[in-house]
Amino acid sequence: MNRRDGMSKLTGRERFIDDLPVDSCWWGMTVRSPAPRGRIRAIRFGPGVDWSAFAVVDAGDIPGANCIRHVGDDQPALASDAVRHVHEPILLIAHPSRRAVRRAVREVEVVIDPEPPLLDYRIPPTPDQIQHGNDNVFAEVSIEKGRVEGAFASAAHRVEGVYETGSQEHAYLENQGMLAWIEDGVVTVQGSMQCPYYVHHALVHALGRSADQVRVIQAATGGGFGGKEDFPSILGVHTALLALKSGRPVKMIYDRSEDMAATPKRHPSRIRHRTALDVSGRLLAQDIEILLDGGAYSTLSPFVLSRAAIHAPGPYACDNVRVRGRVVLSNAVPFGAFRGFGAPQAHFAGERQMDVVAAALAIDPAELRRRNLVRDGQSLVTGQTIVDGADRVALLDRALELASYAAKREAHRDFNDKHPYLRRGLGLASYHHGSGISGLGVDWLDSRVKVMGLPDGRIEVLTAATEVGQGTTTILAKLAADRLRIDPDRVDVAPPDTARVLDSGPTVASRTAMVVGKLVEDACDDLRRRVELGPMAGGDAVFAAIVAWHRAHPGLRLLGEARYRRPAKQSWEPTLHHGAPYAAYAWATQVAEVEVDLRTYAARVLDFVSVQDAGRILDDALARGQVAGGVAQSIGWALFEECVWKQGALENHQLSSYAVPTSCDVPPIRIEFVECPYGDGGQGAKGLGELPANGPAAAIANAIADATGCDPRSIPLTPERLMAAMEGGGR
Amino acid sequence: MTRVIELVVNGQPIVAEIEDSDRLLDLLRERLALHGTKEGCGEGPCGACTVRMDGLPVNACLVLAVQARGSRIETVEGNDPSRLGELLRAGATQCGACTPGVVQTALWIADHPELLETHGVRELIAGHLCRCTGYTAIVEGVERTVAERKR
Amino acid sequence: MQVLLPDSFSEACKFLADDRERIALAGGTDLLAGWPQRQDRHEATYIDLSKLAELKTITWQEDALVLGAMTTFWDVLCDARVRDELPLLATVARRIGALQIQTRGTWAGNVANASPSADGAAVLMAHDAVLELVSVDGEEHVPLSGFYLGWKRTRRRNDQLIRAIRIPRRRNSVQAFEKVGIRAAQSVSILSLTIACSAAGWRVVAGGMAPCVTRWPSLERLIESATPIGSPAELLPSVRADLSPIDDLRSSAAYRERVLARVAFSKLSQVCPQIHGRL
Repeated sequence: MNRRDGMSKLTGRERFIDDLPVDSCWWGMTVRSPAPRGRIRAIRFGPGVDWSAFAVVDAGDIPGANCIRHVGDDQPALASDAVRHVHEPILLIAHPSRRAVRRAVREVEVVIDPEPPLLDYRIPPTPDQIQHGNDNVFAEVSIEKGRVEGAFASAAHRVEGVYETGSQEHAYLENQGMLAWIEDGVVTVQGSMQCPYYVHHALVHALGRSADQVRVIQAATGGGFGGKEDFPSILGVHTALLALKSGRPVKMIYDRSEDMAATPKRHPSRIRHRTALDVSGRLLAQDIEILLDGGAYSTLSPFVLSRAAIHAPGPYACDNVRVRGRVVLSNAVPFGAFRGFGAPQAHFAGERQMDVVAAALAIDPAELRRRNLVRDGQSLVTGQTIVDGADRVALLDRALELASYAAKREAHRDFNDKHPYLRRGLGLASYHHGSGISGLGVDWLDSRVKVMGLPDGRIEVLTAATEVGQGTTTILAKLAADRLRIDPDRVDVAPPDTARVLDSGPTVASRTAMVVGKLVEDACDDLRRRVELGPMAGGDAVFAAIVAWHRAHPGLRLLGEARYRRPAKQSWEPTLHHGAPYAAYAWATQVAEVEVDLRTYAARVLDFVSVQDAGRILDDALARGQVAGGVAQSIGWALFEECVWKQGALENHQLSSYAVPTSCDVPPIRIEFVECPYGDGGQGAKGLGELPANGPAAAIANAIADATGCDPRSIPLTPERLMAAMEGGGR
Repeated sequence: MTRVIELVVNGQPIVAEIEDSDRLLDLLRERLALHGTKEGCGEGPCGACTVRMDGLPVNACLVLAVQARGSRIETVEGNDPSRLGELLRAGATQCGACTPGVVQTALWIADHPELLETHGVRELIAGHLCRCTGYTAIVEGVERTVAERKR
Repeated sequence: MQVLLPDSFSEACKFLADDRERIALAGGTDLLAGWPQRQDRHEATYIDLSKLAELKTITWQEDALVLGAMTTFWDVLCDARVRDELPLLATVARRIGALQIQTRGTWAGNVANASPSADGAAVLMAHDAVLELVSVDGEEHVPLSGFYLGWKRTRRRNDQLIRAIRIPRRRNSVQAFEKVGIRAAQSVSILSLTIACSAAGWRVVAGGMAPCVTRWPSLERLIESATPIGSPAELLPSVRADLSPIDDLRSSAAYRERVLARVAFSKLSQVCPQIHGRL
């Protein structure tokens, strides 16, 4: 089965928001803070511009609350007095000519009275740097299992390590863009996004309108990876404000350098592990401290912290675990969702620590993991007993086999001995990813889905799940078609438009196939009942039953509906972070083979193997695409994608200076699936989209350690940083 | 300065009014309403704006429209869709933003298979940044497209 | 903004003579980067050379290969005779940017643009290339090794255009090009090292190590005098004598210095018996 939007994309017919022609559309741009922290003293409009021809919006023009509602309410839509980061939006301007707007934005001078900015999240704030609460802490978490201190006291081995990860830019190929217009009193916003209902909530709140006075439509979206999870709420509000002020449709399309400079990125992390083991290398206790940089506003940070904390101890059985974490403010562009959402950071630290432990105990890294991987019947840090039938040791062994681990290690010893300047090594990572939104977030979402039987006998699936490249429309159509036992050609998937679809929740957290897909199946069952079809009826019988129903009920709509109900076994106590935060976990082991050039300190990945259990695989090509893409992104995060910061904003904010991997930087990714179906997931699927991004960084760092004998503790391992790790000095 | 140029786009002779400051990309998207070619970065590395100019892949964001006078331009809209089957089957497109540019280079490679005697596929497509596929499926799709063309 | 369209190279020279502020436009891969945001560039007057077929030439003279000013990296890559006789030109051409840059980027444009990291200029300099600089007043031939005067400053008067690049037809007994970038393709060089040895002697050119692409004369002398070198560290005085790397967005001076010494040592130890030892 080919993806249903494939030909449209290959022929260039797919219409992204910048491709949609709009009559008498104005162009909008943003005037931003030049300083990382301070108070706006003055805004000066340059003399060379006819400002009367522009629509200008400031905080005073916001009809509702000057706030972008995510979870917290601390982020203004437009700064009016205090600014907390470089590029913070202050004014919006619009004009019929895009060229004129570009010119005019440079002619607005914003004068800031500076205040001392906090630019290193690892350094505790001085009293005059407190900007949130009384301690700059956006969120804290503490998880306890068993008794950690006693276990450390009596342990045969104790190993400690501190690990840091840098930020990462999403670099989706389609820049952020939005179009807003007012039609029949309804403010409509259309554009590139992952979560139409997030944008809808933000608009209702900022514009002070009721839900039916706001409409949000997702346009074809060229990549998201989390970067279009919360930011579109800001751009949507901005575009809508300009549309209201000007009385015109307004388009805002960021160019690449603005997008990279001003939008959220991955949370930087610093994680400290203390690990206690017995003589045979079995985990006795884990004591983990997590510090995340949240940037200037809290946005989604509490959830990123939660996932990081839950995943930090790794997929291992250990009776005594303590995880404490904080996410703190800094005067950087706020950090936000990025594929993995705290788990990549957690697993880099955890899986690098495992190799550090292995070296300290002189145990083979694979064997150390084999001894400690959680078996069915054992529990993870929140007390959740794992009983899913997945053989995580077999997964590890299969990855090693596919990677020719033993044979290659032998070959590398020989190679490294002989070659004047190249060194090869292997490294692995075993890890997990909880599918779906953590903890009670699922209830709060109250996800709902509809499946419509149309008068002509066709089926239409109505959800708010967005296609951003991962294959949503293909998968949901397949699930509906399979459930109704009809051909997928008879199924349409409605474009996510809040005027037509209910809120099935955001397209995040690897939940679409598993959670929304299951709801689609349930809605199909409901539809079947409404047309009084037996469970095995399919094909033309379904078509005939729908047509007959419409003849019997002229003018009515035939809808099957479904609403999310949390599985009984998923119970959660948020304060203690105790219980079952996820109904299912996906598991994986990855093996990286690297080659380091000792002349230049450049590492390259020669081979990469990823073996994973993500439940039932619904479409092989789509699933492989997710794994290869996730691995490549994390290869970039591990080796190439250094964020150079200046005053809390990205200095290398161009694709020529920020090193997203090219086809020459990534080897063929070798992928295998092991399927342990999850009963409450769409056709048995678990989450897959984020899983592959969690492991590569540690696997690569471990491989570099194996190749060179050095001991890296942070990423990215760019040549300069590897030089510093190996020789000292450098930058 | 405004002027009129003549060029051929997807086999059609075109007479276009342009500004001297227009890029070829602007001519295609704004004046000719050919939105298949995308702007991903405006400076070259992403390759999303790749078109074929006088038979060679170029970045349309790095060519002034006036420099395309008298030239033969091929955009994604001009391709025979029946040539795209192997790319589709391989999963070479996910979000679609890099895709039109990739297709322009992919079909060009298939038309010049002798290039593969000196160049690998990965090197030839290195001018296309893709964030979704990790390149594996694109390389497979190009290889199979080349093989299909040979047959 | 205006673009002038000369019908010939001599008309282009005339356009330039009429107003020396006019800017020659070749492949455009540097000039047009970030174009919509670079509104300062929209006010200038340009002279478009890109359609002048008389400049897009590869000519074999008895003692020189002559590349016309509009000859692209791709033109050279595809020329079997150049690949055979002057293979390092093709080796370098395929490391510049990627395909779409190589099909438009010109050797002359790369030279004239005067980036300190210019790969094309580096390999040309290692081949003792000579530039034909032409104006309405006449022409002069300037060796590339004397062309760069400082950061983005060259011997070209602003009424002169490069008409062609002359490369002596010498076979190299030793040739190598090493490029260190931020990734394997599409990377402006952090540093580059070009080495060539022909009947005319050793040529070593460093890119990304000074305000301009530059010869590395003290290393050339070290090689020619067969001075024993036992480690990269022993090359550092030579690096510091002739080169002046800086910290910039891409890299640090310390990295550049150390890595250049290691790359040079490693490369030369493959071809010079007096240079050997551990990295």
